[in-house]
Amino acid sequence: MYDINHIYEAKSVEDAVRLRMEQPQATIIAGGSDLLISIRAGDLAGCDLISIYMIDELRGVSLDDDGTIRIGSLTSFAALTKDDIIQKHVPVLGEAADKVGGPQIRNIGTIGGNTCNGVTSADTASTLMAYDAIIELTGSEGKRLVPIEEFYLGAKRVDLRPDEIQSAILIRPESYQGYEGYYYKYAMRGAMDIATSGCSVNVKLSEDKKTIVDARICYGVAGPIPMRTRSAEQAVKGLPVSKETVEAFAAGALQDVNPRTSWRATKEFRLHIQGELARRCLTESINRAGGVWS
Amino acid sequence: MSEKQFKTINFTLNGKRVSTSVDVRESLSDMLRDDFGLTSVKKGCEVGECGACTVLVNGEVFASCIFLAIWVDGKDVLTVEGLVDVDGNISDIQQAFIDETAVQCGFCTPGFIMSAEHLLRTGKRYTRDELRKELSGNMCRCTGYQNIINAVEKAMNARLAKAGKE
Repeated sequence: MYDINHIYEAKSVEDAVRLRMEQPQATIIAGGSDLLISIRAGDLAGCDLISIYMIDELRGVSLDDDGTIRIGSLTSFAALTKDDIIQKHVPVLGEAADKVGGPQIRNIGTIGGNTCNGVTSADTASTLMAYDAIIELTGSEGKRLVPIEEFYLGAKRVDLRPDEIQSAILIRPESYQGYEGYYYKYAMRGAMDIATSGCSVNVKLSEDKKTIVDARICYGVAGPIPMRTRSAEQAVKGLPVSKETVEAFAAGALQDVNPRTSWRATKEFRLHIQGELARRCLTESINRAGGVWS
Repeated sequence: MSEKQFKTINFTLNGKRVSTSVDVRESLSDMLRDDFGLTSVKKGCEVGECGACTVLVNGEVFASCIFLAIWVDGKDVLTVEGLVDVDGNISDIQQAFIDETAVQCGFCTPGFIMSAEHLLRTGKRYTRDELRKELSGNMCRCTGYQNIINAVEKAMNARLAKAGKE
């Protein structure tokens, strides 16, 4: 038995918004793979919950007419990995989701929960940020769209207003069309672990595949929230596909990251890993995009 | 903790339609063990890490210790007790675990059996590395995993052969 004071069950998005306003003290629970553990540990003992888990309209991935990928916030990690639209257009997001925990957790955990938790190590968050994803929030006055970089306010703090729930995550066509990406999770174990650091890169190459037109990189656990390192992105735009370019990318990334020492790893170790992750992720992204190395 | 709060839920449990009144604060593993007596569902870590509580919900593997019981309303739940046939015979996977000595203390076994059942139902052929990845949410502190992989592989090959895919 969980030490929960009361559970309010939302049957629809409107219902959830109403409950949010009526029960401002209550915490939203989606899949619960983090929240139920906090309750069990006593951190949230005696809490009130608003369960949105049974709102099926928030599940699934679809493609809007303009090419925008719409991911319902309750889509599980496993469903994301298996989804045809994700596999076709942003396979790296499905691959990142497949790195979370183990099979049982990937069926329970949701992409909405992964982002609303506001933690830097979330495996899908860095890829979403690398793709300039947009967070769709639904509140009493309708929908609000927030770029994911602005959605993260600080460690465990996100821009979710008291009357809102996160309803979807959007990826615009200009963010993914022509891009190929790669996510690397560095952790102590191959499964059931939290990233020591993670890195998601995507790249767009010129028509002859010899020049980098655009590159984006986002780290997990390089700071209190997922972090784009724009020095790296600026450093390689217009450069030829080469080893020197990859080195410039890694050097740029290290200018911007600011990892800390925690019990998982020291700052120095994370910096070493983060340089290497930039190299590997850019190299693999270029290879996936059919890059011609000079 | 406040007074009891019950909710009636309807779901399919091991092939039978059931209706029950459950405390909304119960985990799925609590309900299966305490209300239905399905003690194959083991509570190991109770934080979703060890896999001993694994059950199938709509055919997918779930850690029942970190899933609220009320959320299976309208769904299909399968535990090890649901694998035996009408005459009480154990399933091919259970037999393979015995044959391959994939069981020592046995606490993790029901969870592994359910993860394996999910894999074998897909009808796919998995390599040993793929089996390791698919079983990575289940922990065993006795066997060192080799015999477990052997057992799942053996049951998988037997099912595939039976389905004419050999």
